[in-house]
Amino acid sequence: MTTLEMQLATLRATAPASLATNTLVALGLADRFAATESPLGEVFVAWNGRGVSWVALAGDPARFEQALTDHTGRPASRAEALPPKLARSIARRLGGDRRARIELDLRGSTSFEAAVWRKALEIPRGEVRPYGWIAAEIGHPKAVRAVGTALARNPVPLVVPCHRVVRSDGHIGNYSMGGSDNKRRVLAAEGVDVPGLEAEAAEGFRYVGSDTTHIVCHPTCRDARRVTPRHRVRFGSLRAATVAGYRPCRHCRPVSLAA
Amino acid sequence: MDTDAHLASRLAADLDEAFPALVADHSNRLFTIAFRLLGDPRDAEEVAQDALIRAYRAIAGYPAERTRDLRLRPWLASIAVNLARNRRRRLEDRRPPRSLEPMLATGFDPADDGGDAGAQAMARREAIADLASALLDLSPTMRAAVVLRHVDGLSVAETAEALGRPEGTIKAQVARGLERMRLRLEPREIDVASTSIVRPRSPIHGGRPLATAEVPA
Repeated sequence: MTTLEMQLATLRATAPASLATNTLVALGLADRFAATESPLGEVFVAWNGRGVSWVALAGDPARFEQALTDHTGRPASRAEALPPKLARSIARRLGGDRRARIELDLRGSTSFEAAVWRKALEIPRGEVRPYGWIAAEIGHPKAVRAVGTALARNPVPLVVPCHRVVRSDGHIGNYSMGGSDNKRRVLAAEGVDVPGLEAEAAEGFRYVGSDTTHIVCHPTCRDARRVTPRHRVRFGSLRAATVAGYRPCRHCRPVSLAA
Repeated sequence: MDTDAHLASRLAADLDEAFPALVADHSNRLFTIAFRLLGDPRDAEEVAQDALIRAYRAIAGYPAERTRDLRLRPWLASIAVNLARNRRRRLEDRRPPRSLEPMLATGFDPADDGGDAGAQAMARREAIADLASALLDLSPTMRAAVVLRHVDGLSVAETAEALGRPEGTIKAQVARGLERMRLRLEPREIDVASTSIVRPRSPIHGGRPLATAEVPA
């Protein structure tokens, strides 16, 4: 007969496996991912207690898991679905509601990259801005290429709408999630007239003004889109617009762009 | 404990790198502590997770020397015990006091109902269920002392540290707790054979002690 003290040691229990995983995910020391719908079809969204950490086109889950782990250095596991609150926020955000709060886990990024991504978040659905606009807005007007690199490294495409940043020379520009065709698809889904925009830029027109208000905008600015064809004036440079007596729009804040 | 001292210095050096090891080393015991204090595995899992998260946040705010000096086993136990106590109080406000049935969830596996091995496994589970329900019949104060000392296996000094009570108090509470459990688990044998254990004010009647208010020493 064993003593009661010894018997009590048999009351040691094994914790459910979910305990360790949930704890590490809550602390941001591990990630979970699940599929959700997007304008580009299914995407995998990864998250942890600190926020959304990674978004990519859905494919082989094992490969996504590997890529995620390579990127974060943390273990990852697949979940059935996104947490309902996060799923709702992402659906709202993809639907154009910029007020939908989505925490982002951007550890491992530089402050420059984070500034670029935050700025991209300010571009409304249905509008685009040139790379140079981001560079100017974050106080590094010459860092246009670096802005492009930072956007290419955006870990959470669609959630941070790097697709709304385009080249100003008529090409839509690259897209980290499936190339420029996918970029056109997302922008078209958001209501941007991509062919029209590309055609105007190819002709050298990068700004649109109204000859009644004498305000000059980026072509996709909601103010520019309200200008009727009769009063629509196109400009190749901001300087030309200024010389013609136009002032920059306070909403889209057009800036001079290097070619 | 050696591995804990090593882990504490790793936590001090790089919390995010070392914390998964703390989770791996301590989840079972924190779950066990909460489970044996509360009696419900889901409550226990939540308490254990909360304890680990609080531990992480606490260490994140500590200077490295303080983390290095942490005695992880009693420290983590104290977090789990406090959270379990808060949860028990909240639960008691909301629902009537629990009876024994949560423990019976550990019971029966229909696959076991034949053969010697099956019978043995069933007897073992019954013994565990009896033991666990005897623990749940102790007052919370006494139960915490017994769980940390003999289920988790902390020393008297570590149990005292975890519960913030003097060692002498812990020894007395553990001894009285064990004695009550023995009375409950083997009432007939004790009545007959070792009457000396039966104290004048023992609440035992019909094998089940009534809940008594513990007088903290």
